[in-house]
This record gives sequence, C-alpha cells and structure tokens, in this order.
Amino acid sequence: MIPELGHFALVLALVLALVQAVVPMIGASRNRLALMAVGRPAAQGQFFFVAFAFACLTWAFVTSDFSVEYVALHSNTATPLYYRITGVWGSHEGSLLLWALVLAVWTVAVTVFSRHLPDVFLARVLGVLGWISVGFLAFMLVTSNPFERLLPGAPEGRDLNPLLQDPGMIIHPPLLYMGYVGFSVAFAFAIAALLSGRMDAAWARWSRPWTTVAWVFLTAGIAVGSGWAYYELGWGGWWFWDPVENASFMPWLLGTALIHSLAVTEKRGAFRSWTVLLAIGAFSLSLLGTFLVRSGVITSVHAFATDPKRGLFILFLLVVVIGVSLLLYAWRAPRLSGGGSFAFVSRETALLGNNVLLSVASASVLLGTLYPLFLDALGMGKISVGPPYFEAVFVPLMTPVVVLMMFGPFLRWKGDTLGPVVRRVAPAFVASVAIGVGTAFAIGHVTPRTVLGLALAAWVVLASLQQLLARLGERAGASSAARLRGLPSAWWGMWLAHLGVGVFIIGVSLVGSLQQNLDVKMKEGQRAELAGYTFVFRGVQDAPGPNYDAARATLDVSRGGVAIATLQPEKRLYRAQGMPMTEAALDIGPFRDVYVSLGEQLPDGSWIVSLYFKPFISWIWLGCTLMALGGIFAAADRRYRKLAERRAPAAAARQAA
Amino acid sequence: MKPRSKRLVLVGGGVALLVAAVALVLNAFQQNLVFFHTPTEVAAGKAPSGKTFRIGGLVEVGSIQREADGITVRFAVTDTARTIPVAYRGTLPDLFKEGKGAVVQGRLESDGTFRATEVLAKHDENYMPPEAAHAVEQAHKAGATVKQ
Amino acid sequence: MKAKFLVPLFLFLGLVGFLAFGLTLNPREVPSPLIDRPAPAFTLARVDDPSQPFALADMRGKVWLLNVWASWCVACRQEHPVLVDLARQKVVPIVGLNYKEVRGDGALDARGMALEAETGLAIERARRWLAEHGDPYTLSVLDIDGRVGIDFGVYGVPETFLIDGDGKIRYKHIGPITPENLQQVILPKLEEVRRAG
Repeated sequence: MIPELGHFALVLALVLALVQAVVPMIGASRNRLALMAVGRPAAQGQFFFVAFAFACLTWAFVTSDFSVEYVALHSNTATPLYYRITGVWGSHEGSLLLWALVLAVWTVAVTVFSRHLPDVFLARVLGVLGWISVGFLAFMLVTSNPFERLLPGAPEGRDLNPLLQDPGMIIHPPLLYMGYVGFSVAFAFAIAALLSGRMDAAWARWSRPWTTVAWVFLTAGIAVGSGWAYYELGWGGWWFWDPVENASFMPWLLGTALIHSLAVTEKRGAFRSWTVLLAIGAFSLSLLGTFLVRSGVITSVHAFATDPKRGLFILFLLVVVIGVSLLLYAWRAPRLSGGGSFAFVSRETALLGNNVLLSVASASVLLGTLYPLFLDALGMGKISVGPPYFEAVFVPLMTPVVVLMMFGPFLRWKGDTLGPVVRRVAPAFVASVAIGVGTAFAIGHVTPRTVLGLALAAWVVLASLQQLLARLGERAGASSAARLRGLPSAWWGMWLAHLGVGVFIIGVSLVGSLQQNLDVKMKEGQRAELAGYTFVFRGVQDAPGPNYDAARATLDVSRGGVAIATLQPEKRLYRAQGMPMTEAALDIGPFRDVYVSLGEQLPDGSWIVSLYFKPFISWIWLGCTLMALGGIFAAADRRYRKLAERRAPAAAARQAA
Repeated sequence: MKPRSKRLVLVGGGVALLVAAVALVLNAFQQNLVFFHTPTEVAAGKAPSGKTFRIGGLVEVGSIQREADGITVRFAVTDTARTIPVAYRGTLPDLFKEGKGAVVQGRLESDGTFRATEVLAKHDENYMPPEAAHAVEQAHKAGATVKQ
Repeated sequence: MKAKFLVPLFLFLGLVGFLAFGLTLNPREVPSPLIDRPAPAFTLARVDDPSQPFALADMRGKVWLLNVWASWCVACRQEHPVLVDLARQKVVPIVGLNYKEVRGDGALDARGMALEAETGLAIERARRWLAEHGDPYTLSVLDIDGRVGIDFGVYGVPETFLIDGDGKIRYKHIGPITPENLQQVILPKLEEVRRAG
C-alpha cells in the first residue's frame, strides 16, 4: 500500500510541477500578480509530495519490502539499517528520486529566501525550475519508477552493491546532487533574466550566493567521492579521471568560472553575456553528467545498469533544456553586450583570463571523456583515454590559472599599472620558484612536475600571506583583532578558497612524488619494510559481519621501534551477491597515511599484502575543505543579508496592499 | 591603450590560448591514447610494439599461475579464437576470475608475452567489460565470415 | 541575432548528434531474423557414430534445444555444468551442434587439411572434451565447415536455440547460459512453447 501511495505522490508532484511551470510563466508575461503568486504554493506542494514519495521508498527499504522490485534488488534483511536507508539512492531509480527531491529542496529554498526578488522575476525563476522538475519527474514515472512492484515478492533481497556499503557513500550522493542540482538555480536565474531582458548588477547579486552555495556542495561532494575511492577501492588512488568523476568535475570547473564571472558582473557590470553562458553551461554539464552516467553511452567503472530507452529520454530532455536555453541565449544575448569598460591591465582581465582557461580546461575534460565515443561512432576503433591524457592537458592549463589567481587580487578593478604591481609581487614569485626548486632537492625528487607543483603551492601560500598583510595594513591604528574582523566575509571567502587551492596542490605534488608502495607475500610473524615503517603480519582471523564474511588480517606498524598503529585490513565476501571486496585499513596522520590492503591467500597459506606510504595525502582533502569553507564565507557576506532585509519590508508592504 | 587595440590584444590572446590548448590536446591524444586490440589482432601482429595498449577478453580457465614470489601472476586472455599470455605484477582486482571477462593494459614483450601494468575488472560481477565482450564478438564474427 | 551567439547552440547540436549515435551502439541483444521461422534444414554426421546421419526432421513433434558448442570455446566450458545439470533433470532433449571444431580453433592451422583428416580430428577432440566435462547431449552433430551454423545465423559460440514440434525456432539465446537465465527465461519459454503446441 505504501509504495502505491509513494507512486501516487509522484504523480501529484508531477501535476504540481506542471502548474508551477506554466501558470507563473503566463502570469509573468501578462503581468498578472495572481497567476504569478501560484508559483510559490505549487513549488512547496510539489516539495511535500516528492518528500512524501521519498519517505515511502525509504520506508520500503527500512521494512525490507521485497515486493518492491527496486528494494529487492538493492537491499537485504541482513543489511544494516543505515545502509538500507542509503540503499534508497544506491542505484538508478532511487538516485533519480533523490535528484527530484534535491531539486524540490532548492526550489523551496528559493521561495523562502527570495522574498526580496521582484515578483515577475521570481515567477520566471520558479517557472524554469518547474520545467526542469517536470522533465525529471516524467522521466522517472515513464522509464524508471522506483515503486514498481515485483509480484510475487522476493523472499530475500539481492543486497546493495558492497562498494556502496560505506559511510562515504551515505553522504556523497546527496552532497553531489545538492551541487549538481544547485546549479539549476543559477540557470533559472539566468533564463529568467534572459526572458525579462533584465541582466544587471542586481541580477548578479541575487545569483551569486545561490551559485556559491551550490558550488560549495559540489566541492564537498567531489571531495567525499574522491575520499571514498581512496580508501574503498583498495589501492590508494584518489582520482581516476573516470567518466563519472569527470561528469562531476566539468560542472565544477565551469561553476568555478561562473562564480568569478558573476563577481565581475556584479561589481563592474561587465561580461554579462559571458556570465549567462556560463550559468547555462554549468547546469548543462550537470545534465550531461546525468546523461553520461545514466544512459550507458560511456561505460565506466561505476556506471549503473543501463537501458537505451532511458538514455533516449535523457537525451531528449538534454536537447529541450539546453537547446531551448541556448536558442534563447542566441536571441537575447546580443542586447547584453557593453557594461563597464576596463583597461588591459586590470582585475577584470585577470578574471577573464582565468575564466577562459577554466572553460577550456572543462572542454578538454569533456573532449577526453567523449573522444572514445566519437571514435567508436565514426568506426575508427576502440580506445580509452586514461589519466596520462588528462594530466598532460590539465597541468599546463591549470598552471597559468593558479598564477593568475594569486595575481588578480593585487590588481585594481577597471585599470592598473603593471610596473608597481609586478614589483610588489616579484619577491613572492621569485621566492616561490626558489622554494619549489629547493624543496624538490631537499626531498630528493627533482622532476619538472614536482618543482612546478611545489613552486605553485609556495606561490599561493606566500601571495595569500602578502594579501592578508596588505589588507591588514590598510587599517593602521586599529587593534589587530579588530582589523581581522573588519575584513568582509566575502574577502575571507576568497582568501580561504585560494589558500585551499595551494594546500591541495601541496598534497597532490607530494603524494605524487613521494608515495611508495610494496606488494609482498606475508605469513604470520613475517615483517616487511616500507619508507622507514616496519609492518609485522600477525595473521588472519575470521570476522563475519552482518551481511558478509570476512578474513581480517592484523598488522603491527612501527617506526624505529616505536609502535604506531595496528591495522586490520579485510577481505570480505558479501553473501547475497557473492561479491568479494577489499576493505583497506589506514593510519591517517597530518603528514602521511599508512595504508594496507589485503590481497588473496596463496595455496601455501600466506597472504598477499599491499602496503602504501602516502605522504601529505590528507592535504588534498584539507585543501578541498578550505575551498568549501571559503565558499561558505563568501555566501555569508553581509551585503546579501542586507539586500534581503532591505527588500523584505518592501515586499511585505506590497503583499499587504 | 585605445579600446580598439585593447580589443585586438584580447582577441589575439584568446586565439593564441585556443591554439595552444588545441595543440596541447592533440599532442596529449597523440601520446596518450590507449588503443584497444583483441587477442586475434595481437596474434596477427596488428598491435603496436613498444606502445601501451589494451587487450580484452576472457581469462582462460585454468590459466592463472603464480610465480614463486607470490606477486607475479601469469594468465591467458582469450577471445575464444586466439589466446595471449599475460604477466602481471601486483594485486589483482577483487572480481578477477577465470572464465570471466577482463581488460589488461600494458605492452607486448618480444617473446610474445603481454606485460600488464593494469588489470581491470568491473565493479559488477554480472557485467563483462564491454571491451572484453567486443573482443569475443569480433572473434566470432571473423570466425563466421573469414574462416569459411 | 548575431551569428557568434549561435555558436554555442551549434556546438551543442553537434554533440547531441554524437550522443544520439552513441546510444544506438553496443546493442546488448541481437535480434534474430529467424525467430518464429522454420529452422534451416540440415543433415549432419553424429559425433558418437559418424556413419549415422542426423536430420533436423528427426526431431519433428518434439520441443528441444539446439546448443552450439566447440571444444575451443571458453565460454562453453562456463555454461557446460548448467547444461549437464539440465540434462540430468531430463526436462528437455538437448542436441549439440559442434561448430567448426578444427578450423574455428585459432590455435590450429586447418588450411590445406584434408576434409577426412579434419573430421577425424574433430571427432577425437569433441569426444575427449565430452568425456572430460560430461555429456549433456542426447546427441551431438558435426558442423565441420560451419555451414549449418551460418544458416542458423550463429553469432558467437555458445548459442542456444529453442525449436518447437513444427521445427520452428522459437527463441535464441546468445552467450553462455547461466543458472539465472535458465530459470528466468529459457525454462518459462519452454513451458510456453509446450503449452502452445
């Protein structure tokens, strides 16, 4: 009964989404307040029904209702409760439902936090979001209904893919989807602006916090996903340039460009058509990512089970959403040119340069991801594009981005003179190069990649310090605490996010240069040495879990005779699917991780053990955390709140009238 | 700088960047594309020597052998028509099994052994890597049409 | 409408073209034009006794499976236990079509081999294989040159055809049969054909 209620709630949500998509749009074009006002309750009602459907599916998982096909395929009575709950979004149908729910959450957030927006504008934003919702709900109901019954019901479920039975997978999809889908708000703002022809600094100011928050979620989601890959896939890699990873990384790159472009549009009124294009692009890439993952066009290590009918539907959706918005762009954007002029040497130019570079980087990732498909379509053979391609393209493109990123804040808006600025940053720049070369020699790993990475990281850190000191110096006289507080939150956001990039580069460079790995055959009592650490194999015991059997090895790790950790990697066999899994064990430290994973047992009773030494790897995620934190600071800037406060009474007055 | 010349510099810079990016991508493609070959193609000498490429197929039943160090593994990948011996040093993926599909990446040695640097198996046990399926399919097609 | 603002749209449309084409690639199921058509007639020598011919018409009135196999086929070894198990239950007669036993083997060079010698080698190899792995077949026939296989549109070995009492092909399974698809697809299909006939 409950699954039917959930199904019915989805149908109702679709109806409300249609109302939300059509009525406010008509109201906006005819300037009828009553029609425009329908958008808000329709959106909230839609949220209620989608959330209800989501709760129904969750209930089916919690109670192990195996008469629902989706539950029977992705859960099991022995699965722990929290993995039964996360099983809801463990595969295609449920993750679409999560997609729809997240979209509804964002839409409701818009209705709640955008009281200061003009009614016509808000009506159009909700209308655009409504159309996206119609598309996804229809997609779900037509091709991928999660409430499909399995009659007679299965006595036992097949269990969730063991790879997904991991704490990281509990939060990774929701975070990622909050990011992906969050760009729909920036997209809706851009389309609404194109429709109304109003695309000024105010529009950019409304858009910015939404875009930034979506970007924060996406950053966090990607970081958690990469952390999951690091410890769950069992060989210590943290990024694979896998099509599914690329699908989330492309919108991130374009979203990063969008955030910066919005800054210019808000402050200087420039780049307006470019900003709109980026807003359309970031969301389009999110949709494209969904298409790539769902359609099976690109086979990837973690592509879900695929179905050509679904692929066709998403492609259709893609064509409608992106095609229509690009057509609208081609029609309206020519009126947007102009805006604040700026000199060649100015902050605008630096930001434009980075924008273009990020877009090109995004395009090169797209090309690398789709190239095998192109060749296959043209009958030119099967190929794969691996990490070497992406690294060969990405590093040269990102190097100028990082240099410019720290150079830009020293430049003034509108125009500046190059000489004094160069003289200001020259010491930091020269010192960075020296640090890069010096450190590379100190760690005994002198390769161009290492030197470049370390120099860039040093440049980011030194220039960040210099920027901080410069800003503090502006308010001479006040106490240092007051000076720190006096800096606007948005400035801290930029500073932290940029610093995060530096920290990230430190992690990537050092782990890339200094990591060590050893595969050894070990028997009880045997020892192995790696990077100054001693590993003693203490044997293997059975360690059954709720829904798996496991062999658990115990290794004592010590360094110079001092015990450091006892690690217990496992080799699991998940019963329902008969699927083996490697569960690595880590000792995480601020400057290095020690990582052990258990291979197979050999006929003579010994085990293959993989040992890894990963210096500075946690800095990768520390850097991502700083970037996300920077985004939060930026979005929390007072001027957005002021904007809301100032407009709120006006809106209230209007409603009362 | 005059607006006109400023525009020229910006456009010129943009074009230069684009050209550089295209050159970068083409160069990276040139050097880093990993082509895929079926065991039959490898046996026929169609695979590049001294270059990394991939072979897909089934891991021949009974072919997995470990050397004394326990780490080096030898096995054979077949598309049911031809079989290529593979040597690999390292841990095998969880889903690597005899009779199942696998894709290996590496180089062909002069003795005809394929020295793999990477062994890929899929995350789903029911799912054969498409490249492996492709190889088997190709072999059958060839068998049905060429070897009449 | 200025042309340069249309550039993103055209780029996107080009991309869509490729994606649409990509969707049509890699079909997991290959539809057979032979379904519900009379199976191509053949008469071939039996593996157990080459002097005795077996003809398709001999099975008239029975619902049966034709399983295409060869000793060089790795995937056949994978499905073989399933067939042996099925044969033990005596649910349905299974006829084996030994497909290009010698010339299909990539490891052998059959060119220039006399047909008689090839047949002799094929029989020896097929018998040894059946002795080693078990023989689920009511009987097996030799398709030395693969002509019958081609008539049946054999795409890859193993393949299995479900043939009804009128000699019509009712279902075709490509690739190794697993216990799951035996239970979920082939046996229900068999029931259906029996009821209809």
